[in-house]
Amino acid sequence: MTAVEEAGTRHRLRSRDDEGAPSGEEPGAPRPPLPWYRRMFRDRAVLLLALPAMAVVIVFQYLALGGNVIAFQDYQPYLGVGRSLWVGLENFSILFSGDPEFLAALRNTLIITLLQTVLVFPAPIILALLLHSLVSNRVRQWVQSVLYLPHFLSWVIVVAVFQQVLGGAGMINNFLRAHGWQPIDVIGNSDAFYGLITSQVIWKDTGWATILFLAVLAGIDKSLYEASAVDGATRWRQTWHITLPGMRPIIIMLLILKLGDSLSVGFEQLILQQDAVGLGVSQVLDTYVYNQGVVGGYWGVAAAVGLVKGVLGLVLVLVANKVAHMFGEEGVYRA
Amino acid sequence: MTITREPATRGPVGGPAGAPPRRRRRAVVDGVAMPGPVERTAKGIILTIACALVILPFVGIVSTSLATPEQVTEAGGFVLLPTGIDLSAYRMIFAGGVVTQALWVSVLVTVVGTAISLALTTTLGWALSRRGAFGVRAMLLLVLVSLLFNPGMIPSYLVVQRLGLLDSLWALIIPTSVSAFNVVVVRAFFVQLPQEIIDSARIDGATEWQLFRRIGLPLSKPVLAVVGLFYGVGYWNAFFSALLYLSDASKWPLQLVLRTYVVDGAQLGSQDLGIDASSLPPQTSLQMAILVVSVVPVLLVYPFLQRHFAKGMLTGAVKG
Repeated sequence: MTAVEEAGTRHRLRSRDDEGAPSGEEPGAPRPPLPWYRRMFRDRAVLLLALPAMAVVIVFQYLALGGNVIAFQDYQPYLGVGRSLWVGLENFSILFSGDPEFLAALRNTLIITLLQTVLVFPAPIILALLLHSLVSNRVRQWVQSVLYLPHFLSWVIVVAVFQQVLGGAGMINNFLRAHGWQPIDVIGNSDAFYGLITSQVIWKDTGWATILFLAVLAGIDKSLYEASAVDGATRWRQTWHITLPGMRPIIIMLLILKLGDSLSVGFEQLILQQDAVGLGVSQVLDTYVYNQGVVGGYWGVAAAVGLVKGVLGLVLVLVANKVAHMFGEEGVYRA
Repeated sequence: MTITREPATRGPVGGPAGAPPRRRRRAVVDGVAMPGPVERTAKGIILTIACALVILPFVGIVSTSLATPEQVTEAGGFVLLPTGIDLSAYRMIFAGGVVTQALWVSVLVTVVGTAISLALTTTLGWALSRRGAFGVRAMLLLVLVSLLFNPGMIPSYLVVQRLGLLDSLWALIIPTSVSAFNVVVVRAFFVQLPQEIIDSARIDGATEWQLFRRIGLPLSKPVLAVVGLFYGVGYWNAFFSALLYLSDASKWPLQLVLRTYVVDGAQLGSQDLGIDASSLPPQTSLQMAILVVSVVPVLLVYPFLQRHFAKGMLTGAVKG
């Protein structure tokens, strides 16, 4: 509130503050600064409109953050946050004690993130270049509608579809058996698990992810291509020297966001398939938090791991954004 | 778009040895040479395969759900082209058992949730578009910063528990009812409305609510359609919040039923289906019918969603 009050007293200096606000005063005439409560009363209709949704944002985003205190408690649901015992940093010791289950979750998370950055991230860029190079708009729009669709299906459906296609009695194995070939063993096979989840992500989201790249491609200055064609550039050289540099800001922005998310990998996707392949390959930090806390009742430990994960994710985004600025890129935001 | 024909600058490719160099001529559109036949064929093949990978599984799923029990048993589970059509699987899942109930829950949550989300998002988006009004800058900052972090699974659970929403369908709606991203999109749209209309309406004595109701909402229909459809699809697909907050199986939405009976492969008995039948269709048919029922609503709204992609979402997001 103090910041707002301060803004109120500096009101005259920052006349931009009042732009477009309902005000019965003559423009241009020097006016005395309104005290903050008068401005609040003046704009009560706007505030009232914002109130319900702001309440949701504040309760479920900001007040919820307070729930992280149980990371420092031996939280017992029947005692609640108020009466549970404080244990200092004890819950965080799991991070350093070499607990095999936690280490497995960390390792799996990093492996999956690496796979997704190397294999999943470039896929929509390539697909977008391919779609962009199509001459016929009609064909392009048709292909786009088909390829965007899986994004709108839930993970439950995607996992179910993959099971039906690749499972023991699925489409492909039926076909293989009918022709006397050896059936493939993918579903429920922990050796094939990373391949399976990577292809699921590619199937579900590659099409949709092209939408941003296509918007950027459409915005690249056409005269650059014309000029380079006059200079004798081939299509490959145009792609390399015009198209890719044009896409660089968005690619860097998405990589930064991806980095911030690197410790959260497909929670729904993995929890759905954990029973089939076992925790050895499918336990990641998010499922660890769920299994420890909500299922196992170790609330404090789960909250501690979740807290560290969240803070690391935020730090990664801020640092990566800073680094991008140092290299003269736009990054995600400018503070 | 300018289309010209000019000689390709590259030398002859693959011409027979000794033959005089052949000049290939290629159309150039906007400075980009048209692809040659080999490249066009390769692209066609790649894109056809990609589309088939999306479409074929659904063809198989719909076919299996419709195929006769004999054919399903004979095929060992999966049918690509049904010889006869048998709707018994659908009749059974709609007979009033767990699947029917879950379907109603999902419909209820989706309809109520989307309505609430739209109301909250548009009012906040409108308020945040009133630059200069008291507190707007601070509120906008709160909304934008909330895009950067996520309070975490356990803290969110504690809030829902504290509010007494556990095991209530409201737990599927309220926590996710305001998406900061959608608020930013809607606000970006309101901000670019011509200020003159709003000013003149105010001179005519319109209240803030009338401005929002009579000017803001009618002009923003395309963007509201997209945002609403996104919310709707989100509620329909919500799986994790139901898993986290609902332990009472009678309140499960369709996605959880789908997981139990299709992904985890639990057997659907006649008791679960609420029917008195001696012989059930094969489990595969029932599973595929559930899958079809959960996909169809998304397919129904998809064309509308699609029409607005470029118009609503992108313009809002890019300008935001």
